[in-house]
Amino acid sequence: MNNEYLLQIKNLSKSFSGVKVLNGVEISVKPGTIHALMGENGAGKSTLMKCLFGIYKQDEGEFYLNGEKFNFTDPKHALEHGVSMVHQELNQVLQRTVVDNVWLGRYPTNGLFVDEKKMLEDTIELFKKIEVDIDPTKNLADLSVSQRQMVEIVKAVSYDAKVIVLDEPTSSLTQNEVDKLFEIMRTLKKQGIGLIYISHKMEEIFEISDYVTVLRDGNYIGTKVTKEIDIDTIIKMMVGRDLKHRFPSKSHTIGEIVLEVKNLSTTYKPRVKNVSFKLKKGEILGLSGLVGSRRTELVEAIFGARKRETGELILNGKLIKNDTTVQAISNGFALITEERRETGIYPVSNITFNSTIANVHNYKGITGLLNGKQMEKDTSKLVRQMKIKTPSNYELIRALSGGNQQKVIIGRWLLLNPDILLMDEPTRGIDVGAKFEIYQLMLDLVSQGKSIIMVSSEMPELLGITDRIGVMSNGRLAGIVDTKSTNQEELFKMTMKYL
Amino acid sequence: MRNIIDSLKSKFKLGNGEQKKISEILLNNAIYFIIGGIVLFIIISEPTFLSLSVAKNILTQSSVRLILALGVGGIIILQGTDLSLGKNVGFSAIITASFLQSFSYGARFYSTLPDWVWNVNSLGEVIGFQWFFYILVLLVAMIVSAFFSAINGLVVAHFKVHPFLATLGGSVALYGILLLYFNTSDAGPQPIGSLDSTYSSFVGIWHVFGMEIPLLVVYSVIITGVMWVVWNKTTFGKNMFAVGGNPEAAKISGVNVIRTTVMVYILAGLLYGIGGYLEAARVGSANSAFGLNYELDAIAACVVGGISFSGGIGKISGAVAGVLMFTVITYGMVYLGIDAYYQYIIKGTIIVAAVALDTRKYIKKT
Repeated sequence: MNNEYLLQIKNLSKSFSGVKVLNGVEISVKPGTIHALMGENGAGKSTLMKCLFGIYKQDEGEFYLNGEKFNFTDPKHALEHGVSMVHQELNQVLQRTVVDNVWLGRYPTNGLFVDEKKMLEDTIELFKKIEVDIDPTKNLADLSVSQRQMVEIVKAVSYDAKVIVLDEPTSSLTQNEVDKLFEIMRTLKKQGIGLIYISHKMEEIFEISDYVTVLRDGNYIGTKVTKEIDIDTIIKMMVGRDLKHRFPSKSHTIGEIVLEVKNLSTTYKPRVKNVSFKLKKGEILGLSGLVGSRRTELVEAIFGARKRETGELILNGKLIKNDTTVQAISNGFALITEERRETGIYPVSNITFNSTIANVHNYKGITGLLNGKQMEKDTSKLVRQMKIKTPSNYELIRALSGGNQQKVIIGRWLLLNPDILLMDEPTRGIDVGAKFEIYQLMLDLVSQGKSIIMVSSEMPELLGITDRIGVMSNGRLAGIVDTKSTNQEELFKMTMKYL
Repeated sequence: MRNIIDSLKSKFKLGNGEQKKISEILLNNAIYFIIGGIVLFIIISEPTFLSLSVAKNILTQSSVRLILALGVGGIIILQGTDLSLGKNVGFSAIITASFLQSFSYGARFYSTLPDWVWNVNSLGEVIGFQWFFYILVLLVAMIVSAFFSAINGLVVAHFKVHPFLATLGGSVALYGILLLYFNTSDAGPQPIGSLDSTYSSFVGIWHVFGMEIPLLVVYSVIITGVMWVVWNKTTFGKNMFAVGGNPEAAKISGVNVIRTTVMVYILAGLLYGIGGYLEAARVGSANSAFGLNYELDAIAACVVGGISFSGGIGKISGAVAGVLMFTVITYGMVYLGIDAYYQYIIKGTIIVAAVALDTRKYIKKT
């Protein structure tokens, strides 16, 4: 018996219909360490986790828990043995309180009735233990994403978890919240818990992890001590080639002002208050800010998806309305939404449908019926141009990886030939390689004279790709700075301006 | 009323220093204001509406409807609905009436029943409980109703049939079974009347402390209390809200979603059984059309009371408020002598307005 490791995954392999998606993967988690798991989308991270939690059955390989061979039958089984996972897409009952969610599935009872008092006390105890400051009687719907994540972590701890898997927990958090999460992760670490941390963000890996394991195309590439390597090494391991720069080089020229937003405020909560700015032709304007600083609401208001109370939009010197999304689209606007799965894709429809749906009236022939051939042709062109990895145009979009889905959605809007693209977190949950391609695409677009407003929570990305950065703070615009002459500290200060 | 005050209070307390606009308060509670306005209109046009006897009538009429609403309310919290409620209540009423006709009546459903009953009743006397047979019939009604409701629940939970369709089909099939049973009557297929006087007295008046309290109100208050405990204080109740709010999350946390769903349907069935038992006594007879459209009244009351079709949201107090408001308006319109056709229009409008206003609370964007 070797108890040096909490959890060991040995020589794990899995195939789907003859295709090897995992090949000889090894991970060993020591108590009190944070083990980063990296790999491009499609590298097999989620399949690996699904095997661990018993959702898939592996073809080869073993799991060891405290030195004992083990196979979980389902996530609940794993939970009961101290292995839990905080999913990227939080699965919680939003209509219920924090307490109810933490103890869901095992409410303590005294006789017939649920012991509310014990539940509340135990929850407060847990919150103290890992230093979380949330009102446990609040409904989850009233909490921020980061607070909900912490509730999920508390829940894992309440099961007396020894190993906690965090699946891209920071993808929707701002710097502030990431810091808080890391604090909690360090507290857990001190208590001897082993953490597996799945992330795409290099800076975070180096800040928080002790070990890094890299997968590529289902193959186990290796495990390194984080301190002994650098970003380039990891990128090389992940993509199998030197990706010299994380961002493509810029060469576009910026022109005249195309869009002026004046005193924009929204009617309904969460409110955007009195925002004014100008957007130039061929420019990428970043929008930074904390989660809840209403960047999404701002772009929605510009696009007519959110009601404006006051404010004017001036496009090329002419006052425009954009009261509805239909008007916005006809004025040459496009909105690529943040929640790809909820508001972007039609998951059970194929690529052709997904790429042409916003534009479908343009495919009407003289009979008034749609010209299917033209739609196929345009879709094929998009797939080629944007290097979308798919077996055919008839593939359901949900079968594609996140990066490829995002390309289809961007492609959908490009078919409309918009002048102003509003992109809300366009690279969220997308791996390094695909990110690079999206950046390249954005730069190509601005070179063609289009303008982009890009909402992002990733500072390096904003600093790497934009021309100017606007910072939102509590519904107001704290200011706009030139990307070349700013830095993370300045941006961070600005996010706090109106708090 | 407490609902309104509570929600107003919380509205003012929250808001984090941002003053709530009056218009927003009006909008969020619009349905209460609309119904309050209608009631005010009724009172002004006919001041005698404000009387003890009217209040008693309204409470009596609300009683069974409330019991049914509490049943279907749980199903709505599961993101479901139950179109078979009316037929279930009808079947339970027919079963009850068929056994509890006056023993001296000639054209009984079971012409040979008296000996049989006499035996059972004497058995009851042996163990010192003279209403043994009445309780037995109630249990039969509840079990039959729970059985058919459980089938709906299984179809929904296990075969993942949408509750609208599962209960639509269930309702049609149940109607067939109901008619088959109805036609086995020794007296032929005719309305089952002349009910036993002891049974009828169950829905009479309770004289206590010099007051006359309708027994139906007593039953519904007790059942409401029990249901409040079930919804709020038991694991089953909490699981129901969790499954309704996010079935996937409930499943991952180890809640048995299928069992919880079926149990909610069974609980609803038990309540329909009680409802049918009481309703037959209140009406005084049962025929094959008994319970027609009861599901619509019960569902509408839940929705007006804020039990959301999106699942996971709802309160017992909401169901109570919904039923009372609906009955007050219905009764008031009858009281004023408003044409039945207009009554339909007004009721229908209230249902749609309630849902539209409820939805506004959650999706405030454009």
